[in-house]
Amino acid sequence: MKDDYAVIGKSVPKIDGRAKATGQARYTGDLKFPNMLVGKILTSPHAHARILHIDTSEAEKLSGVKAIITHKDVPSKKYGISPARWDENIFCIDKVRFVGDKVAAVAAIDEETVYKALKLIKVEYEVLPAVFDPVEALTENAPLIHEEFPGNINAEIHQEFGNVEEAFSRSFHVRTDTYIGQRTYQSPIEPHAAISMWDGGKLTVYASTQSPHYFQYYLAREFELPMGDVRVLKTFVGGGFGGKMEPTGLEFGGAVLARITGRPVKMFYDRAEMFAHNRGRHRQIMELTTGVDREGKILGSYANFIMDGGAYTSLGIASAYYAGALLTLTYDFDNYKFDMIRVYTNLPACGAQRGHGAPQPKYAYECHLDNIARDLRLDPAEIRLINARKPNTVTPNSFRINSCELSACIDKAKKISGWNEKRGKLPGGKGIGIAVGSFVSGAGYPIYRTDLPHAAAIIKVHEDGSAATLYTGATDIGQGSDTVLCQMAAEAMGIKYEQMKIVSADTETTPHDFGAYASRQTLMSGSAVKEAGEMVKEQVLEMAGKMLEVSPSELDCKEAVVFLKSDPGISIPFSNVARKLFVDKGPLVGRGAYTPPKLGGSFKGAAVGTSPAYSFATQISEVEVDKETGEIRVKEVWDVHDCGKVINPALLHAQVHGALFMGMGEAIWEEVRFDKNGKIINPNLSDYRLPTALDMPRVTSELVESYDIAGPWGVKEVGEGATIPTMGCFANAILDAAGVSVNSLPLSYEKVWQALREKEAGEKQTRKPIEHEGYPGEPAAYEME
Amino acid sequence: MECIEDKYGIKRYLIQIVVNGDDRALLVTANTLLVNVLRERLDLTGTKKGCELGNCGSCTVLLDGKPVDSCLVLAVEADGCEITTIEGVAQSEELDRLQNSFVENAAIQCGYCTPGMILSAKALLTRNPAPKEQEVRQAIAGNLCRCTGYVNIVKAVMAAAATTEQEKRGVA
Repeated sequence: MKDDYAVIGKSVPKIDGRAKATGQARYTGDLKFPNMLVGKILTSPHAHARILHIDTSEAEKLSGVKAIITHKDVPSKKYGISPARWDENIFCIDKVRFVGDKVAAVAAIDEETVYKALKLIKVEYEVLPAVFDPVEALTENAPLIHEEFPGNINAEIHQEFGNVEEAFSRSFHVRTDTYIGQRTYQSPIEPHAAISMWDGGKLTVYASTQSPHYFQYYLAREFELPMGDVRVLKTFVGGGFGGKMEPTGLEFGGAVLARITGRPVKMFYDRAEMFAHNRGRHRQIMELTTGVDREGKILGSYANFIMDGGAYTSLGIASAYYAGALLTLTYDFDNYKFDMIRVYTNLPACGAQRGHGAPQPKYAYECHLDNIARDLRLDPAEIRLINARKPNTVTPNSFRINSCELSACIDKAKKISGWNEKRGKLPGGKGIGIAVGSFVSGAGYPIYRTDLPHAAAIIKVHEDGSAATLYTGATDIGQGSDTVLCQMAAEAMGIKYEQMKIVSADTETTPHDFGAYASRQTLMSGSAVKEAGEMVKEQVLEMAGKMLEVSPSELDCKEAVVFLKSDPGISIPFSNVARKLFVDKGPLVGRGAYTPPKLGGSFKGAAVGTSPAYSFATQISEVEVDKETGEIRVKEVWDVHDCGKVINPALLHAQVHGALFMGMGEAIWEEVRFDKNGKIINPNLSDYRLPTALDMPRVTSELVESYDIAGPWGVKEVGEGATIPTMGCFANAILDAAGVSVNSLPLSYEKVWQALREKEAGEKQTRKPIEHEGYPGEPAAYEME
Repeated sequence: MECIEDKYGIKRYLIQIVVNGDDRALLVTANTLLVNVLRERLDLTGTKKGCELGNCGSCTVLLDGKPVDSCLVLAVEADGCEITTIEGVAQSEELDRLQNSFVENAAIQCGYCTPGMILSAKALLTRNPAPKEQEVRQAIAGNLCRCTGYVNIVKAVMAAAATTEQEKRGVA
C-alpha cells in the first residue's frame, strides 16, 4: 500500500532542534526572574528515625536567609501520585523513613547562603531500627515503617485467569526459575528544578516535569486552590524517563517559600539529591513457573513476585500491577496466575522508569523461556514463534490486541541478524540471544479517577493564513512529541510542517492533557490533534468551495494549496482562504479531544495494562564474554519493531536507540547501591555507571509493516517498548556465549565471572564434564544437581 | 591578579576573560566556578550543569580551544583565557556545520547534553578534521547522553567531518 501523505512519515528535523543546538533552549534551572530567591530542601541523614525537635534559630540569623519552613508551615494533607495510597507529607511530621526524606527548606538570596543555612538547622532524631530488604521487611519482627500499613505491605495482588494448576498438570514439562532485579535510576541529565511564584492568590510554577497536569492537580489539592488558580508550565525538559512524573517536593516547598517571602523561589536538586529522591525502577524478586506441551506451546504461567517499594508508594501500585499484567502480551496462553507483594522498606521510594514495572519481569520471563527451550532442545527463536501472539486476540487478563506483527518481527530479526547462521555456531566466548517485548500505547485509564478526556488540542490559524499554532498539553521531554504533533496537525489541515508553531504543556494556555508517560502521546494527543486539524480543514474547504464556486466535497488541501480533486490545476492558496475566513468570521480555530474506549475486564486491578493499542518488538544481540575476566562486550544489537504507522522515522529509530541504550545500562552496569545504614554509596554519574559512547554497540533498528485501528493514521508506541526485551536478550546471549545463567541484574562482569568459576568447579566434580555446545546440545551447567 | 576585600574579609579577584570574542572583566571569589560565572553572571545558560563533579560533561566549554568541564575550573584559573561556549559556536544566524549536522541527523532529543557534546566534537574536528568512528566515540566519552544511545550523535559528528573534508577537496 502506497501512503499518500505530505508531512507524516517523513523525517523532518525536530522543531526545537535549532534552539537546542545553539544553547537558546532554556530549561527550568536556566530561568531567572527579578528578585528571585534560591531554595533547597533539608533531608534526613537517617533511614528511620523519630523527629524529636527542629531548631531553625541559628539558620534564621544568617544574613541573606529569607525563610525557613518545616512541616508546621506547610499543609499536612498527605499526597502521592497514586490516589490508592496517599502516604507522603510535604515535610515529615513525626518521623523520617529513608536517608533523603524531606524535613525542612530554606530560601535565601543565593546558593551559597542556602547551603550554609541548611547546615545550621539542628534536627534532633531518635534513631529507629530500619529495614532495607523487602523479604526481611515482611518478617514478623521487622520495624514498622508506616503505622497504617501492618507488615510493611504496601500492596498485595492476587490474580488468576483460567486454571494454572490444571494447566501444569497436563503439561509435558513444568519449570520454575527465580530471578532478582536491581534498583536503577532514570538519571536524566537535567536535574529536577522548579520555580514558584505568586500573583495574589494565583500560583505559577515553572517545572522540569513530564506532566504539568498532575503537578497542577496535586498543587491545587494541597493548597486548596481551584485548578484555575494554579498554572504549571513546562520549560524545555532535559529528559525524564519516568522520574519527572510526580511532584518532587520542590514545587510544594517552593510555593510555600514564595508565598512567605513574596518573591519567586527557584528550587533544585543536585545529582546526589536526585538519587535520594529517586522514584526509579523497583528491585523485584521474580519466581516464574511455566508449563509447556511437547512442542513448547505454553499452557500456563505463574508469576510470584515481591517488590521493594522503598519508603513511599510513588507510582508503585501501578508498577506492581504492570509487572505481572504485561507478561501476558507477547505469548498466547490461557492460564495465568500473578501474585505480588509490594513491600515498604527504609530506602528511597521507587516509581516508574521507562517500561514501568515491565522490563525486569520480561527479563525474567525471556530467560525462563530460553531455559525451557534448552530443556526441550528447541531453538529459542522457534519457541517464541510457536507462542507468539496473533492480531485480534484477547489476553487472559482481558487486554484486547488489535494489530500484532510479533511473528513478523521475530522472522525479520532472525534474518537481519543472521540468527540461523550464528546460533550455536559462533566461536568460543561469543553468543547470540533473542527476546521479545510489548508495551502499551498509553494507559487506558488516568492515574486518578476523572472523566476528563485524556488529551485535547486547539489549533489557531494565524490571521494571514501563513502559519498555524498548535496548543497542546502534551509534554515534550526530548522524545519529540512537539515535532510529531506538528507533523500530524499539518497533515490533518493540509499545510506544510514549516508553517507550524507550537505552544505546549502550559496549563493556562494549552488544553488539558495528562502528559508524557505510558508512551501515550503519539496515539492519544495525536488523536486530539488530528481531530483539531480536520476541523480547520473542513472550514477551509467550505470557504474555498464558495470562493471557487464548487462543492467542498470536490476539494482537497495539501501542502497549503486547496485544489479541485478532479483538476488540481484549479487551486487557491490555503492562506488566502484562511485569511478570508478570519476577515468574515473571526479566528479560524480547530479543536479536538481524545478519550479511549472502555477497556479491560472487571476484576480488581483490571485497568492497569489496558491500552488502545500495543507495540511489539524483537531484539537479538550478539555478545562476547571474556571467560577469564567475565567482561562482557556487546557486539551488535538488532531491533525489529511493530509500532504501527510511523510519523517521523528518524525520531522513531532514535527512540529505539535510546531505549536500548538504557536497557543495556540496566542489563550490565547500572545499580543504585546502599551501605548498611541505607545511604546510597554511588549517588553520582561515575560510580553509578551509565554507558558511554564507547560502550554502545552497533545498532540496527528496523520496522515491520503495521497499522492499528485505534491510533490516528494507525500509530502505536515505541519509546518504552524497546527497553522491554533488552535485558533478557543480553542475558540469553551471555548464556549462549559462556554457558552460564546469571539470574540477577545487573549481569555484571563479577557475576558472570563468579558463574563461570562455579561452572568450572561443578565440571570438575562431575564425572563427565559438561561443555556447553549451543542449541541443541548438552544441558548447561546451571541445570546440574 | 587584583583583589579587593569586603567587610567580612572575603576577597574578590578581578579576572579578565574573553568569552565568545567579547572582553569581560569580573570580580569573583576564590571558590567561584567558571560554570557559575558563565551561567549566573554572563547569562550564558547554554552551558548546562548536570552533576557539578565533572562526570556528565554538560558544562563542557572550550578553554583556549581545549574542551574542559567548566564545573571543574575555578574562575580565577580562567583569567586571561579565551572561552567558547555554545552561544559562540555559530558566528551568525547561520548554524555551524556541527550544529546543523546534529539537527539534520536527529542527534538531539532532550538537548541537555547537546551544547557540551557539540563543543567536545568541535574540539575534536579542530585537531582531527577526519576522525575515525572510534576517535569520535573517544572524544565524546566524557559527555553523557541519556536519550540517544549516542548512535545519531556519532553519525552527526562523522557527517559534519565528511562535509568539511568534501568542501576542502572542492576548494583544492
